Amino acid sequence: MLSRTADHLFWMSRYTERAENTARMLDVNYQTSLLPQSAEVAQVGWEGLLTISELMPHFKAKYDQITPENVMDFMVRDEANPSSIVSCLHAARENARAVRGTLTTEVWETLNSTWLKLAGYLKTKDFERDPAAFFEWVKHRSHLSRGVAIGTMLVDEAFHFYRMGTFLERADNTARLLDVKFHAVESDFYGAASVADQEYDFYHWSAILRSVSAFEIYRKVYRDVIKPEQVAELLILRPDMPRSLAASMNELVANLAMVSNDQSDETERQCGKLRAELQYGRIDEILSTGLHAYLTQFLDRVNNLGWRISQDFLVPSGQ
Amino acid sequence: MRLQQFDEMHASPEAVRAHYTRYAQWLAQQPEAVMRARREEAEMIFRRVGITFAVYGAKDEDGAGTERLIPFDLIPRIIPADEWKSMEAGLEQRVTALNRFIHDVYHGQEIIKAGVIPADQILNNAQFRPEMMGVDVPGGIYSHISGIDIVRAPDAQGKGEYYVLEDNLRVPSGVSYMLEDRKMMMRLFPELFAQNRVAPVAHYPDLLLETLRAVSPAHTAQPTVVVLTPGMYNSAYFEHAFLAQQMGVELVEGQDLFVKDHFVYMRTTRGPKRVDVIYRRVDDDFLDPLAFRPTSTLGCAGLLDVYRKGNVTLCNAIGTGVADDKSIYPYVPKMIEFYLGEKPILNNVPTFMGRNPDELKYILANLKDLVVKEVHGAGGYGMLVGPASTKAEIEDFRKAVVANPSGYIAQPTLSLSTCPTYVEKGIAPRHIDLRPFVLSGKKVQMVPGGLTRVALKEGSLVVNSSQGGGTKDTWILEA
Repeated sequence: MLSRTADHLFWMSRYTERAENTARMLDVNYQTSLLPQSAEVAQVGWEGLLTISELMPHFKAKYDQITPENVMDFMVRDEANPSSIVSCLHAARENARAVRGTLTTEVWETLNSTWLKLAGYLKTKDFERDPAAFFEWVKHRSHLSRGVAIGTMLVDEAFHFYRMGTFLERADNTARLLDVKFHAVESDFYGAASVADQEYDFYHWSAILRSVSAFEIYRKVYRDVIKPEQVAELLILRPDMPRSLAASMNELVANLAMVSNDQSDETERQCGKLRAELQYGRIDEILSTGLHAYLTQFLDRVNNLGWRISQDFLVPSGQ
Repeated sequence: MRLQQFDEMHASPEAVRAHYTRYAQWLAQQPEAVMRARREEAEMIFRRVGITFAVYGAKDEDGAGTERLIPFDLIPRIIPADEWKSMEAGLEQRVTALNRFIHDVYHGQEIIKAGVIPADQILNNAQFRPEMMGVDVPGGIYSHISGIDIVRAPDAQGKGEYYVLEDNLRVPSGVSYMLEDRKMMMRLFPELFAQNRVAPVAHYPDLLLETLRAVSPAHTAQPTVVVLTPGMYNSAYFEHAFLAQQMGVELVEGQDLFVKDHFVYMRTTRGPKRVDVIYRRVDDDFLDPLAFRPTSTLGCAGLLDVYRKGNVTLCNAIGTGVADDKSIYPYVPKMIEFYLGEKPILNNVPTFMGRNPDELKYILANLKDLVVKEVHGAGGYGMLVGPASTKAEIEDFRKAVVANPSGYIAQPTLSLSTCPTYVEKGIAPRHIDLRPFVLSGKKVQMVPGGLTRVALKEGSLVVNSSQGGGTKDTWILEA
């Protein structure tokens, strides 16, 4: 297929996934902020959300204070913020429009309707009145576009590039989410001895679980109280947890293998190596070097894989 | 001046023409609220599907962007099958002669030698491409996709007569609206299609692909066909994407193509892939920065060279503009006689040429009654509709014509036929035209009918979408 087409498909799914994850993070933080016990967690969360997305300078240039209203405004409707939901859904739609002939009619119409509906959503006060309903809607639209793609697209190269975009973005987003607390309070979770700290940790880690729809899954898998190291294990190493790093890398490796070309050997090797490390890794090893350090190098490697995929397939200079 | 009117549906305010009888009965039974709901439904679907066109330099009412819907009217334009039959024969004849003419222009120029068309009309024409002299194209076909604009006007007896208003042989657009309008009508009013025998049009993409494959270069029996678009911000992008998808071929932009060792390739995820036939929706001037406009980023450097070697086919060919120019239009009936030895089946509109002193005198004396057109204008721009213009506008145009007489032609103001159309205050007659799409490959083919465009402004004769025109479904109706 055309390299440019593959590029648009790859970014179409990345932006859709990013919009969903932004909605997830905002939603959980918004819910958390409604409880008195967890208001402090939420405040840390708003800050963390801006830092992990590397948007703090951009935000501070525009707003004086980190308030829920300001952060939500910035992350939902600010067209100048490239990671806002409106920017992501617009970018997803524009990428889809550029290759609408390659998509099934249903996939294109889903992305286009999402965009048209969003414009309507933001014009009214519906979002301010009930942010949770809006975040739910964004998640549903993402579920829908993913489901429509899986349910209607021919499983060919186009589909594999589409899927690679989804899982590369998801690996990135889940890793950032796990790193929130470090960015907010500049420490990992270890060493919280006091009762207040423990309570804090409970709300923090349960918020993270809920943001990836994993609160019930955690209970089911561990049948245990919320323990930070188990949360980390679930979201990093469990291949059966759909938003974990391991699950995302499994999908990335599988889809990459399907589009393999003459110059992609090294990319496949690096991708496979990262996957193998997750497959055979143990959470105590990871935590012994520090969660933040681990996630930082993971993000670097995922970022590098994205760059390599671009070079190998999407913008070939070769004539 | 009060012009005689011809309405497609009504012979008189009371009498409905035979081929509209069944439809008119059905329409009379539809509650207004239902029709209004259908109109809203159509608009919603067109938006969701993204059947839009971009307007250059314009913004939506809310500043959201430049994508507009082309208004779609619910009342079909109906043509009886026997009228279509003779129109079809006329179109085949006309397009065949035009293709013969273009071939002749770039080879022996017999038509000039025979004195039928003056040499300077062709050789000094801005659309004449000397690069094409002596180049042989597959099958001798230049205009593979031709959009022929046809209007109907009352003759002296008040009978409707069809006239060819314009030939579009470069990159005619609009066929996607023809197809989508039909899909929409079938979705909104399936019962109409059960009651009426409407000739289908949905196989157009198949005929198009067959045509494109038929003119592939000799080096392959399994040609790779692509559609070349200027990109998603072009006004007809929807159509480019639509046709590529319907034919199952790649939609490429100039940046996707490159030339190597005398062939054209596209950049794919698995390396270069050779391209054999390019259905290009990019104008000649932008096709190859090495040969034409050097700043163009829409084309592919070196394309002309590959083309001249016969290693890629361009559809339409380069240089077809020499045959659809308004200054060549008056000669088409003579072309038909010259190349085919036949009498033209379709009428030309009588045309006065500014370049002939006698005719210029007539034009200047009758500006208020004539339609004057710039010979290189397109899209409804650069034109004066005398009866609908103010004194000042006429005087401005007079100056322009006097300054450059050979740049203008004039025609009597035809009262384009009208068709009942939904407007704000209900149903009212509006002027329409018709653009059938004629495909030339191994043979000449077309789907029945074409795109009917309608001027939505009361009294307006300008049907172009850039000037507020809409579209209608077009029915060729078996009795």
